[in-house]
Amino acid sequence: MSLPEGVQRRSFDGQESLATRGPQVSEEPIVDGWRRWDPDRSKVGAMFEHGLDHGLDGGERVLYLGAASGTTASHVADFAGPTYAVEFAPRPTRDLIEVAADRERLFPLLKDARKPETYAHVVEPVEVVIQDVATRGQAEVALANRQFLERDGRLLMAIKARSEDVTADPEAVFEDVCETLESSYEILDRARLEPYHDDHLGLIATPRQ
Amino acid sequence: MTTDTGWFEGVDPDDLDARDAIENGTAESPAAWPDRAVESGFAEDEDDYYDKLREATIETAREAVAERERADDQQLVHAVRAMDDCERTANELAERVAEWGGSRISETGGGVAFAREIADREPDSDLDEQLRALAEQVVSLDERATELRTSIERFAPEVAPNLASMAGPVLAARLIALSGGLKQLARSTSGTVQVLGAEDALFAHLRGNAPSPKHGVIYTHEYVRGTDPDHRGSAARALAGKLTLAARVDYYSGERRPELEAELDDRIETIRTRGESE
Ligand SMILES: C[S@@+](CC[C@H](N)C(=O)[O-])C[C@H]1O[C@@H](n2cnc3c(N)ncnc32)[C@H](O)[C@@H]1O
Repeated sequence: MSLPEGVQRRSFDGQESLATRGPQVSEEPIVDGWRRWDPDRSKVGAMFEHGLDHGLDGGERVLYLGAASGTTASHVADFAGPTYAVEFAPRPTRDLIEVAADRERLFPLLKDARKPETYAHVVEPVEVVIQDVATRGQAEVALANRQFLERDGRLLMAIKARSEDVTADPEAVFEDVCETLESSYEILDRARLEPYHDDHLGLIATPRQ
Repeated sequence: MTTDTGWFEGVDPDDLDARDAIENGTAESPAAWPDRAVESGFAEDEDDYYDKLREATIETAREAVAERERADDQQLVHAVRAMDDCERTANELAERVAEWGGSRISETGGGVAFAREIADREPDSDLDEQLRALAEQVVSLDERATELRTSIERFAPEVAPNLASMAGPVLAARLIALSGGLKQLARSTSGTVQVLGAEDALFAHLRGNAPSPKHGVIYTHEYVRGTDPDHRGSAARALAGKLTLAARVDYYSGERRPELEAELDDRIETIRTRGESE
């Protein structure tokens, strides 16, 4: 699977790793202007490592749900176009704001992803929705935000089994979530994100017309 | 075509005072806001629109985050009050259980430990079952208090990092609760902080029938309790002074200032060794 433009495999200390070009965010190594993108700390990074059929070319408009302190959102903003980053916890948002302040087209929004009507007056229709909310009701969040996706747009979603049910078998949880999603999305590809993230499923989908 | 309006409608493009619009605005569905903003004259072109959006969202998020974080102190106040309620109620009920239990079985004891024993006994009559169930309530209230304490230990450093580190999370939460909030604590004098929680003693003193209290809840801090009684007053004063500073830093800047703690350590060391008198 090819990588979007603006994402490359570069060598860091003799080790190949994903990388993007942009201002440093924490202490990640930078070689020739390329910042290391650590798949252990990023579900989107892990999806790329697993070769999921993401369909991204680079430069797309993105809505990112669950941006936290901006670790992944920063890499996404490095290779994508305008990126709207939604996060509802104040503490990580404080860091996200600093990441955004270093970039030209990353827009932080302190909003609840379960209430898209509270940011639909700011966010335009996008080609890509990335979701990593790790909270109960992950499928519902994806359904509620489908309205932002253009025709043929892509949903890149990380599903954390334990957020739905700590005791249930992860595969059973993934089946449930996928079934709910299928009412309005067509699932194009999926893969478990081990060894980078335990009990997580990475999923690529497109809205049903 | 929707009747929704974008965040920028009604915002002055030269002033970009957009917090209210971004925070409180709504729309049923997204629209091509950049195009609309250019059509309506809010922005010259798409780039100009994104520049403005960037400024407005960053500024709004900054203010909103600061405000929300300030409100978190009230959550901490609720949590510490709930913890105290659970502990007090558990102890009260434990006394009842001990008294009742002592009258029914040969062993005697007290407190939550005894209640735990009773809760594990096989009941052999209806009243026995009542007693056992009551003991179980004591145990579960005690567990609730422990879990609340764990949450407070996690949450207090987020709300007031310097204060929590210096006072310990639970005492930090108590001081915030006794003042009514981090803001109020940050605005208190060090003399007030020193006697927070000793209000009864303070009023008795003001009425002229008691000596002035040397410390309130800060007594639970090792720097007061662990200092010999002759110098406790000085230790309490020094501690209260630094705690007040820590609360101010937490409220006004939120930045970590470990040197405050180091200064306090030195000061207490001096008081204890040189035996500085009152
Ligand atoms: C696993 S973390 C995301 C990590 C991030 N995507 C990264 O890779 O850098 C999940 C985040 O989703 C946020 N979150 C959970 N529920 C949310 C909701 N309803 N709306 C917005 N954010 C939410 C949490 O506060 C948390 O910061």
